[in-house]
Amino acid sequence: MFGQYLPKKPRRVLILGSGALKIGEAGEFDYSGSQAIKALKEEGLYTVLINPNIATIQTSDQLADKVYFHPVDPYFVEKIIVREDIDAITVSFGGQTALNCGVALDAAGVFEKYGVRVLGTPIEAVRDTEDRRRFVQRLNEIGVKSARAEACHSEDEVRAAVGRIGLPVILRAAYALGGKGSRICETQADVEDALPKLFASGLPQVLVEESLRGWKEIEYEVVRDARDNCITVCNMENVDPLGIHTGESIVVAPSQTLNNEEYQLLRTIAIKTIRHLGIVGECNIQYALDPNSLDYRVIEVNARLSRSSALASKATGYPLAYVAAKLALGYTLPDLPNAITRRTSAFFEPALDYVVCKVPRWDLEKFVGVEHKIGSEMKSVGEVMAIGKTFAEALQKALRMIDIGVDGIDPHKFKFDDVRKELKEPSQRRMFAVARALHEGMTVDEAHALSRIDEFFLSEIADTVRLGREIEEKKGKELDADLLLRAKRQGFSDKGIARRAGTSDDIVRDLRRRHGIRPHVAQIDTLAAEYPAETNYLYLTYHAQADDVSPSWRKKVLVLGSGAYRIGSSVEFDWCCVNAILAARELGFETIVLNYNPETVSTDYDVSDSLVFDEITFENVMELWERERPYGVIVSMGGQVANNIAIRLHRAGVKILGTSPESIDAAEDREKFSALLDKLEIDQPKWTSTGKLEDAEAIAESLGGYPVLVRPSYVLSGAAMTVAHEREHLRNYLTRAADVSPEHPVVITKFEQNSKEVEIDAVADEGEIVLWSISEHVENAGVHSGDATLVLPPQKLYIETIRRIKKIARDVAAALKITGPFNMQFLAKHNEVKVIECNLRASRSFPFVSKVTGNNFIREATRRMLGVKGPVQNRALDLDYVAVKAAQFSFSRLAGADPTLGVEMASTGEVGCFGNDLNEALLKALVATGFKFPKKGVLLSLGPAAEKLRFLDDAKMLRAMGLALYATPGTYDVLRENGIDCEIAYKKSDNKSPAAVDLMNEDKIDLVINIPRSYDRDGRPDGYYIRRRAVDRNIPLITNMQLARAVVEAIEKYSIDDLEMDDWQSYLARRSQMLV
Amino acid sequence: MQAMKLLLADGTVYEGRSFGAHREVAGEVVFNTGMSGYVETLTDPSYKGQILVLTYPLQGNYGVPAPRKREPLAELRDKYESGKVQVQGLVVLRHSPNPSHYDNARTLGQWLASEGVPAIECVDTRALTRKLREHGTVEGFLVDQKTSPVDARAKSEHVEMAQVCAMTTVPDVIRYEGGALKILLVDTGAKDSIVRSVVARGASVIRVPFHKDLRPYLKECDGVLLSNGPGDPKDMMATVEQLRSAVFPSGKPIFGVCMGNQLLGLAAGGNTVKLKYGHRSQNQPVQDLLTRRCYVTSQNHGYVVDDESLPKEWEPWFVNVNDGSNEGIRCRTKPWASVQFHPEAAPGPEDAAFLFDDFLRLVGSTRV
Repeated sequence: MFGQYLPKKPRRVLILGSGALKIGEAGEFDYSGSQAIKALKEEGLYTVLINPNIATIQTSDQLADKVYFHPVDPYFVEKIIVREDIDAITVSFGGQTALNCGVALDAAGVFEKYGVRVLGTPIEAVRDTEDRRRFVQRLNEIGVKSARAEACHSEDEVRAAVGRIGLPVILRAAYALGGKGSRICETQADVEDALPKLFASGLPQVLVEESLRGWKEIEYEVVRDARDNCITVCNMENVDPLGIHTGESIVVAPSQTLNNEEYQLLRTIAIKTIRHLGIVGECNIQYALDPNSLDYRVIEVNARLSRSSALASKATGYPLAYVAAKLALGYTLPDLPNAITRRTSAFFEPALDYVVCKVPRWDLEKFVGVEHKIGSEMKSVGEVMAIGKTFAEALQKALRMIDIGVDGIDPHKFKFDDVRKELKEPSQRRMFAVARALHEGMTVDEAHALSRIDEFFLSEIADTVRLGREIEEKKGKELDADLLLRAKRQGFSDKGIARRAGTSDDIVRDLRRRHGIRPHVAQIDTLAAEYPAETNYLYLTYHAQADDVSPSWRKKVLVLGSGAYRIGSSVEFDWCCVNAILAARELGFETIVLNYNPETVSTDYDVSDSLVFDEITFENVMELWERERPYGVIVSMGGQVANNIAIRLHRAGVKILGTSPESIDAAEDREKFSALLDKLEIDQPKWTSTGKLEDAEAIAESLGGYPVLVRPSYVLSGAAMTVAHEREHLRNYLTRAADVSPEHPVVITKFEQNSKEVEIDAVADEGEIVLWSISEHVENAGVHSGDATLVLPPQKLYIETIRRIKKIARDVAAALKITGPFNMQFLAKHNEVKVIECNLRASRSFPFVSKVTGNNFIREATRRMLGVKGPVQNRALDLDYVAVKAAQFSFSRLAGADPTLGVEMASTGEVGCFGNDLNEALLKALVATGFKFPKKGVLLSLGPAAEKLRFLDDAKMLRAMGLALYATPGTYDVLRENGIDCEIAYKKSDNKSPAAVDLMNEDKIDLVINIPRSYDRDGRPDGYYIRRRAVDRNIPLITNMQLARAVVEAIEKYSIDDLEMDDWQSYLARRSQMLV
Repeated sequence: MQAMKLLLADGTVYEGRSFGAHREVAGEVVFNTGMSGYVETLTDPSYKGQILVLTYPLQGNYGVPAPRKREPLAELRDKYESGKVQVQGLVVLRHSPNPSHYDNARTLGQWLASEGVPAIECVDTRALTRKLREHGTVEGFLVDQKTSPVDARAKSEHVEMAQVCAMTTVPDVIRYEGGALKILLVDTGAKDSIVRSVVARGASVIRVPFHKDLRPYLKECDGVLLSNGPGDPKDMMATVEQLRSAVFPSGKPIFGVCMGNQLLGLAAGGNTVKLKYGHRSQNQPVQDLLTRRCYVTSQNHGYVVDDESLPKEWEPWFVNVNDGSNEGIRCRTKPWASVQFHPEAAPGPEDAAFLFDDFLRLVGSTRV
């Protein structure tokens, strides 16, 4: 049956993905896109997906009929519309990227030209929500309030506007990036004080906005069908007050502090607004609500699936993206079944009988110069969702899940110079500051006055702090059953209880068992037990007195997920988990997933037989192990989170599938692994570890001098790893940033310069390699492998190097008796190969190599771990195409951060693109991460003298392409001396005109190549200003010499029109045409 | 805090802590899955005599507003649905001792204690709800931890269910001025929001207790509104008879809500039956059989009109999308109709509020 409210059934539907993961646009769109494709395919439609994000589930072979690893950009999309004879498109499942692309295509008349229908919300309605002026006007039409704002051009106009809007107001300089230069004025005097400065700086326009600081921030997820049936699936309340971006806020669902009147007022307005705007499918509406009256403002409407809708889907069990896709095809809500109960209808609003708490995860420590306060801009890179029966139970779980080394609400974990200031000007550690303040005796009222967090939440935290203290008071004594049960119900972990009571978590666990205090399994069923549920979407809670479901007797495997997305671990591990689940299901195993990341596909309840949405800890896995009695546990797919608990689980008697945890330990422990390499006569960079600060410098000398790589085991602030280029630098770093002691030794490694970096991804079975793939980095060693540009198959490696790498991998696999996935990284220089790292688990590059070679490495690894043998055809090097994996950076979101590459990973996502040669694949990949072909001028600032000379030929090529060259003084001199025509661009410290940054502001430059000197990172000299300006003005920036040269070569050979438009399946099919 | 237990008729025991009044009560145990609106829910007269389980685990977060002033109910500008807590007892997982809201005057526990209503927390309300779902609603006893089952049965206070409407209706006729149109509200335990809904739309309400003779009031009114109410509609046959003998012959438009739907169904000649565990929630989907439009509605009922039993001149109007049960009926020949759900919401979604507009428009157009 087909949706009856669509005039004509489409045949070939194009789905736009969201591209690489970036801050503000992350894994949630893999989830929504995947669900949409499933929903469309069920209708027998031919589906074509464009998404260069190769690590996603949606770009897997089992989903869309055709996948294009091309940039989601109007230029490429139009070409694919023509090529694939597309007659319908969805733009609401790929985040803002897809939505913007859709709006641009519509404006350019592309849809009309090719007769492409937009499924779901019409583009006109999208425009109403995206254009601020139109949005306000549309809301005014139905008497719905939005935040008042006026644009003023003079001091008098500002005064008049302040009079109309009423104090307090925010005065904001228009056109300023990232809310810079805004000021909250509480009194008329504040306004008078601010005025002269605002206009003196030459700004043409000042925005006067009403200040809603301290208001509650509430969201509703709304679904509407073409027949005008409309529901709100979920509401959510931000624990943080308005002013902190919802992506930066701790969020609970459902709302906790709204009474019926407020809840229904906002719900009714939501439905009225969404009907008026004419949205078909899913959308999100955000409100500010006055904590002291029924006054409200609509902040915005997102006419597409969003991060919040992914959260709401997981929080309620209502598959929003799937339903939205069906509605886009003309179905009505009552036509569709409730996917959880399968006996009720999709037209209903879920009733929750639990609390969901979302906490963001930041990685600001990885960046130099970035602002740590949180506010109106999103900076977090991932999030977790915890489910509990009470706010405290859920919050404590969530705080542990973000994996920052805390065991819940802990007043002592972080030091605050001024707690009151921390409450007023929050950072990512504000919850711990709240705990600290309450612990020190601050009243809830005072904490509220400072933080504007609702007293309800503060009181719950205060109760938790008190209970924590009660446990501390029992130090040395045995905990009684009542206190233990209360602590568990308040969300304390065994470890957290043990730490406070001065004992070990093993003892706490034994004690719990003696008293029969065990968590129970509760079901998420969308109807609060009113109807029985058919799906096993579960969580653990200590508030239940019985399990909702009993374990089955089938043979099953437990797969541990990847936890919070963070820099260095994101969607690629979810791809691995999902593929492991699919492989195990295919073999007839029942699968259980343990994961807690709402942005993932592995936490879709229909991916596995049962989903436990809870913490990935030793404590929880033991509970599940004893309850479910699985055949074994897979720890090698979820990245480091799962890997880290392998050895402890193993020692507690849990069967870990695949490589023995003892081997995992041997690879993770630096000393053991180094000894193994020595025994196998495999070369490695020289290293030593010391617990004494005084020894560090002598060690550096003994390793052959600088530069050295420094890895402290305990970091006070900033990044964990650095490269020290001279003695002074080493000393400074170790005294300022790290704590070196016998308990916290520092590892110092010889830093190899001008080496290539090469990786092998492989699957082994009882020590024998069955699948392998070698990729090379474009950048020389020194750029983190997660930030580097990978090439597969390698284009510039000696056959001898490849042979040696294969031999080393074979020897290590045999020595560690590896069964399952593993990854090794090497330095290669003149055929000398040194091992730098070995991970006995799936790595970041597994989805890339699987999709490029057409061999699903994870499926094979899982089969091997489950004992299935059989020959596999390896196609590691014999490929009739080249693929490039490039990193996506989010520097533009991180105000102040220095956009350079180093030994610490900084990218937030990646893409993988195909081409006939390296140049073509590289260009596609770079365009997919924001690169634009230069048309006007290139700014060169090439750092050390050797680098400048190395680039001479490339500079000539750029000139030959007709591009203007601008160069900073040192570079300018070298270029001129070598007869290359260029213009000067002064650095900031030169204080002369024309300055480089001004040239960028004047739009004369559309590519910046800035090669930082070795220790720019600390000094933050001129280069920083150039790099930062490039990022802030959205000008492509290259900071690595090898990459810069590769790019110049590529753009010399290819223009954008030359880039081939082949789909993934066609590339893979080329294999058969090759010599075997 | 005092230990307490909920004892079910089949012997199942749920232990917990008391946070309301120290009384021992008996009643039919029912559950509601709404996530907000406990003030409205607990004062809904339809819960009279029942022990209510709230499935949302955190209750009392935003406290309870100041008590209603004792003056006659000329205005109803508060969040209460009646002058007191109507439930026999309350069962929750956790109540908040630290509520926060600008309208908050007291905690949920304080309110219940002041009204003499016992309450228990720390109960696994989900397990309890599953039990009620599978076995149907049962009788339960909310008693002290130490009370024996025999004593529980013997000593717990219970409400005579055949009399619950009499206990919850207004003592005498109340008039609410709202405008020229006059609506006779037959009060079988009406929620105050029904009155609010009419008055807010510019009509006046004459609120008459169901046991009064309706005839004198019928003359001066333009339309008749049948309210919700607690208990079994078949205990209200006297009112059904009044509908047949007095209201029907007047020919005036009728609109019924909840029990009003059941009474109208009985008066039409149909039958009502008891549901296994009722509909008590704020997320019940209903479909208008004529327009096919769907609405999310607030509901609280244990009995339902049997579609099959309706005579020829009556037809089902709304249907429950989840279980197919009747959600409204209407007469094919006369301006008489009713719904099983609560268009006045409170608590719950306001999707169906337009039904009051439609009713008043109808009343206005038939006015002579």
